Amino acid sequence: MNAKGGAFLEVEDLHAGYGDVRVLHGVGLSVGQGEICAILGPNGAGKTTLLRALCGMVRVRGAVRLDGVPLAGRSPDAVARLGVAHVPEGRGTFMPLTVEENLRVGAYTRRDRAAVRDDLERVYGYFPALKKRLRQQAGSLSGGEQQMLAIGRALMLRPRLLLLDEPSLGLAPMVTRELFGIVASINREERTTVVVVEQNAHLALDVAGQAHVLETGRIALSGSAADIRADEQVAQSYLGYRI
Amino acid sequence: MAGFLQQVVEGLGAGAIYASLALALVLIYRFTGIVNFAQGELAMFATYIAWQFTHAGVPFWLALVLTLAVAFAGGMLIERVVVRPVEGAPELTVVIVTVGLFILVNAAAGWIWSFLIKDFPNPFPRGALEAGGVGVAYSTLGVMGVVAAVMGLLYLLFRHTKIGLGMRAVASGPESARLVGIRVGWTLALGWGLAATVGAVSGVLVAPLLFLEPNMMGGVLIYAFAAATLGGFDSPAGAVVGGLVVGVAETLSGAYLDFVGSDLKVGVPLAIILGVLLLRPQGLFGRAAVERA
Repeated sequence: MNAKGGAFLEVEDLHAGYGDVRVLHGVGLSVGQGEICAILGPNGAGKTTLLRALCGMVRVRGAVRLDGVPLAGRSPDAVARLGVAHVPEGRGTFMPLTVEENLRVGAYTRRDRAAVRDDLERVYGYFPALKKRLRQQAGSLSGGEQQMLAIGRALMLRPRLLLLDEPSLGLAPMVTRELFGIVASINREERTTVVVVEQNAHLALDVAGQAHVLETGRIALSGSAADIRADEQVAQSYLGYRI
Repeated sequence: MAGFLQQVVEGLGAGAIYASLALALVLIYRFTGIVNFAQGELAMFATYIAWQFTHAGVPFWLALVLTLAVAFAGGMLIERVVVRPVEGAPELTVVIVTVGLFILVNAAAGWIWSFLIKDFPNPFPRGALEAGGVGVAYSTLGVMGVVAAVMGLLYLLFRHTKIGLGMRAVASGPESARLVGIRVGWTLALGWGLAATVGAVSGVLVAPLLFLEPNMMGGVLIYAFAAATLGGFDSPAGAVVGGLVVGVAETLSGAYLDFVGSDLKVGVPLAIILGVLLLRPQGLFGRAAVERA
């Protein structure tokens, strides 16, 4: 709950799509400040579209509010300037830039130079592997390192809300587990609110407080991560596999 | 030997001018993936503006500064008004738009200033620096100095300023750039403004050598294309090296290859373009993107 009486992130009756193809049909959810919220669901359920809708990458109908401030209808750069960092599917690495430049670009909207320097060190603290590759072209990093770089770049914004799209995609299970551990500690230490879209329900439910299962553009089920994990039925009918 | 060196020096002088226009081409290409066929005409138009200033009695260097400011604003305006509506359209559409812009700007200059040639003041002193039997005209030195300065300023801008970092981020991935909060539309306009400014420098440098007239940049544009192709269309340093190489190749083949002479000189850049595209399509300095899946 915040001063305006709503949750930190509020989504109401959100519709979105690409051209004539409608993907989201009235999604509603809310995320409290400092929580990790997992969005689960099979391929094509609209998970990625939901994240894109939150940050203005697709046209939407409905309401999105961050700490009471409406986000719907704003451009992605305007949403970013309000403190929403989106780690997109495919990681959005600036390939020809160096690792350090990629991180600095993450702080593009900030004016506090000294704090940006401190934050660089903090990111290296979370991801020591990046520090070894500062001057290297980002395109030469491995998939796992690029995912770390993408999360690091998002942190450089000092985000109030961090959106992670399928961080496990294409990564080895061990790397993925490490990444989720880091996301959990970022959430603990920085009190950053996180919305993570993930196919690997098991991992996401380990770190999340709340979870929502998306099915063909609608929320099929919501609850605490523990409840959803406990419900075998859910795993089979909505996620299509056993947890 | 002295004769040969003399030719090389002349070639470098001409090459520096090709380099500056090639630099403008490369800037826009890096940002938008567009080859701007109107780049030479924009430079020509800016040169007329400079001529107008000096004609009204404004001292040369002040006129240059004013012209560069006008060119910058003009470049941004063109991006906003002419290029923006076709942003995201297939590349061919955008290229055709720049060809249309070429014709429009060329005709506008003829309409405003007529197609009669005009004398353009040479900002550099007459005479030459003699060394070992080779004379380097002060104007050649001046041209090379100006191009080196432009190159240095661009390097500083892109490597050591925040706005430059943002511009490189936009060039590498506009979608991701939006997600970190960069205003991509304005950054693209800034890129066009910058390119128009750099192009204007080449126009002002070439005008005293060629006479000012609406078609003066046609030939230079072809040499600049050769330079950019040779250096790699995505490499500013490559554009400069390419420009110098093309300039030297042009003068040397004109002087020493009898069948080329002065009539066939313009075939040289075309041969270079063809050769590079066949042997090394990314150019000497262009990099095939490094990407690990």
